[in-house]
Amino acid sequence: MSIPSQPLLQVSDLAKSFGALTAVDGVSFAIAPGEVVSIIGPNGSGKTTTINLLSGELRPDRGRIAIGETVITGRTPDAIARAGIRRTFQNGRVFGNATVEENVLVGQTPLVRASAPLARIRTLPVLRWIALIAETVLAIVGTPAQRREEADLQARVTTQLERFATRLTARRNDPAATLSYANRRRTEIARALASDPRLLLLDEPTAGMNVSETKEVMHQLLDLKAQGQTMVVVEHKLELVMTISDRVIVMDGGRIIAEGTPHEVQNDPAVIEAYLGSRRASVVARTHHIEDVIGSPEPSDPTDDGQGGTR
Amino acid sequence: MFDLLIAGLINGNAYALVALGLSLVIGVANVVNFAHGSLFAVGAMVGWLVTSSLGMPLWLGALAAIIVTAALGWLINLVAVRPFAGKAPIAAVLATIAVMIILDNLTQIVFGPEVRRFDSGLPDITWQIGGITLRLIDVVILVTSVTLMLVLAGVLRCSKIGRAIRATSQDREAAAQMGVPVARVQSIAFMVSAALGGLAGVLVAAYFTTIAPTQGFQIGLAGIAAAAIGGLGSLLGAVIGGLVLGVAEAFGVGLWGDSARQLITFGALLLVLWIRPEGILGKKTVRREPLTGTFFAQARPVVMRRWQIAVLIALALIPTIPGVFDGYAVQIGVQILAFAMIALSMTVIGGAAGQLSLGQAGPVALGAYAAAMLTKDAGLPFLVAAPLAGLVAAVLIALLNAPSWKLSGHYPAIATLATGAAISAVLLVATPITGGGSGIAQIPLPDIFGIQISSTTQFYALGLGILLVLILLVHRLGRSHLGLTWRAIRDDEVAARSAGIATPQYKSLAFGIGGFIAGVAGAFWAAQFGFVEPKIFNPNLSFQIVIIAVLGSMLRPFGAVLGSIVLVGGLEVFRVASETRLLIYGVVLLLLIWFRPQGIWTLPLPFARLFRRKDAGTPVVAEQSASAGLVGTLAGPGTDAAGGEGARS
Repeated sequence: MSIPSQPLLQVSDLAKSFGALTAVDGVSFAIAPGEVVSIIGPNGSGKTTTINLLSGELRPDRGRIAIGETVITGRTPDAIARAGIRRTFQNGRVFGNATVEENVLVGQTPLVRASAPLARIRTLPVLRWIALIAETVLAIVGTPAQRREEADLQARVTTQLERFATRLTARRNDPAATLSYANRRRTEIARALASDPRLLLLDEPTAGMNVSETKEVMHQLLDLKAQGQTMVVVEHKLELVMTISDRVIVMDGGRIIAEGTPHEVQNDPAVIEAYLGSRRASVVARTHHIEDVIGSPEPSDPTDDGQGGTR
Repeated sequence: MFDLLIAGLINGNAYALVALGLSLVIGVANVVNFAHGSLFAVGAMVGWLVTSSLGMPLWLGALAAIIVTAALGWLINLVAVRPFAGKAPIAAVLATIAVMIILDNLTQIVFGPEVRRFDSGLPDITWQIGGITLRLIDVVILVTSVTLMLVLAGVLRCSKIGRAIRATSQDREAAAQMGVPVARVQSIAFMVSAALGGLAGVLVAAYFTTIAPTQGFQIGLAGIAAAAIGGLGSLLGAVIGGLVLGVAEAFGVGLWGDSARQLITFGALLLVLWIRPEGILGKKTVRREPLTGTFFAQARPVVMRRWQIAVLIALALIPTIPGVFDGYAVQIGVQILAFAMIALSMTVIGGAAGQLSLGQAGPVALGAYAAAMLTKDAGLPFLVAAPLAGLVAAVLIALLNAPSWKLSGHYPAIATLATGAAISAVLLVATPITGGGSGIAQIPLPDIFGIQISSTTQFYALGLGILLVLILLVHRLGRSHLGLTWRAIRDDEVAARSAGIATPQYKSLAFGIGGFIAGVAGAFWAAQFGFVEPKIFNPNLSFQIVIIAVLGSMLRPFGAVLGSIVLVGGLEVFRVASETRLLIYGVVLLLLIWFRPQGIWTLPLPFARLFRRKDAGTPVVAEQSASAGLVGTLAGPGTDAAGGEGARS
């Protein structure tokens, strides 16, 4: 598809303010196909805002986002999902009244053709109603093509759930509301992967999970990486970040303060200072590894809202 | 010209007081208090009792009105708002609608619905200033309301309770953490707000020298319009919105007569929502809330087997056998069918797509008028005219609601309310086409394959046929991929959109299909009554439709039928008088929201609740969707983030 040197995602000079607060302030980076990049940083450093800008949940004040050749700046979340960027949410958002299967089926929305015809005119005002009315009529009538497609989609669900075979396959027809928290996060990841996205955005995929659950998710992410899935991960658990990432981007105050391999970033004085303040940083520089210091429960727990800090 | 401006400003002052109270409560409790107009009426009636009936001075009447309405405000908070804190705000909104219906009809039962003279007891003094005539009462109203607004502003700015109110409005959770007694602040805000409404009632009654308990409903809606025009939650905006609306109405009524009043109120509201959704002074906030999401969290719809459906259809067919029931009973059956069809439109809008329509009388009216014109003027047969009428309603409703899809928070529901009310207002004004207030009479009897439908039994059979077709339609839609798409939007709009679903289009489609169903129902209504007039399709009808749908359950088509059987059929069988009937609707709604918001045609979902007890770290969906939707503003301490942490550390 694309030459390795050409980035899959190209972000330049991205900025977003909320009133007087500049959450993301001129951020630029690129992600190569197949690369796994983590974004880390202290509270309020702009990580989740960046994810929200990439996924279209927020509209950037300035800057440019392109996936492949397609510029997606300022597009709606559904258009960006169709362009190939899918995401999960920090708090885990499954459709609680729907079954696991239905959750993944909804995740396949960008792939639906027979039941949602005339995709091309759906972006046009007024004319899109032809597509919507056609969809309604087809929904009432039910054609053989739709039934074939439905069977295909069901088969895809089976494949998707196999990623989490021991956890989700048996619960395929359970309402998502009845799943454990970890299983809901898995359902959400399965839903996001369901349309074979070119880029997967994971916003704290292990937030609120215990050590063994975190490990399990980590292995699943490594499997995904091995399959060549491009990912951007926002995460606080440094062990996970250091294990899965090809590259780490460190943000503070809405800017990128460091960027590089996990090893490079770990020893970057700017990073240590951002996390711990300058006084502690000098101590670290003399003695420890950053991870040891952050790992200790003592001061400045690097969590966003009290759910990432379960270590 | 100047007279109109003054009249408008004085009327606008009353709106401003009403809107001010509404905005105060929206800020503190994040609830649009629909019962606010009822408080206005109660205030006016108490004032009338004290001044005109007992002959006491005006200030005493105003004082009595303030005390009574403040007490009612406290009560409204207690029964209709506080119990729903932390749940989807729509629960509290529906509860205040219930209280509105209860209060309005109680006031009518207590005082009688007729218009009466309000004697303010003020001496008849007038001044001439530059060609304008000012009466003493004008001055009293202006001085009182300006003083009140200044005092309120001062209290909010400087006093301790004012600071507490402002803190609660800005961030309820943070205020509570800082030791602000938010529950008491909310009570006080409700009492102040109610007292403002009651006082406005007395002042307006004194100004117009006549008053009827029924006026509260209109003023309440106008107050909501004024508050939205100014920007919900903004107090200065409420005053400006009230004045703007008052002046616009005065000029509109001066130009086109009194029938234009409703059109101006809701037209202005719609224009503001379309052009500047946050109102004149409102803040631009990103606040999404699932409107009916939590209603379904702990319920599973009842699934019927084929033979059960067959038995039900067989039972429904019995009245078509001549001679089994008398004409009156079959007539009730026809009513049940008509309301079941209308409520069925809510199964698509609310049950499937999770949206709330407070203006469903609008598409019913469009369908009824379209069918009346198509059969009477164009001479089309009923079976052609009815689906066409449905299409007309669907297209117009989709068009009118289209600008509302960028709205969030309370605004979409208010927009549907405004759309519904504006439609009947247009029907009232567009006399050359719609016959104005007298409507369209002598609508031809339907002719089905050569059989003229004229007897009640025949109408019942026709209605049953239409209802079954519509139910089949809704059922097929619910089972399709489209139904799955809608349910995803209902459960979590943000997640649905990020899964690639163009949510505005699908919400629009749900309203369009709901409009089609309501339009076909309207066509049946028109054919069966033989005449249509705008005042049938008032906001009260819209509220009744919501109540019927919520009672039965919006999750399955049969819920609409069941709701209609219980409410329309039940009340008709017991031959309840019309005010009492509405009163019962209000009580039913309040009880439903308290005890069974998911409706009767559902099974509780026991394992969801069991799960919460077993593992506190697993938030139940109800909490999740409430907090997700509100971006944390109303989410109580039991939200997923806190819960997840608590169980695992």
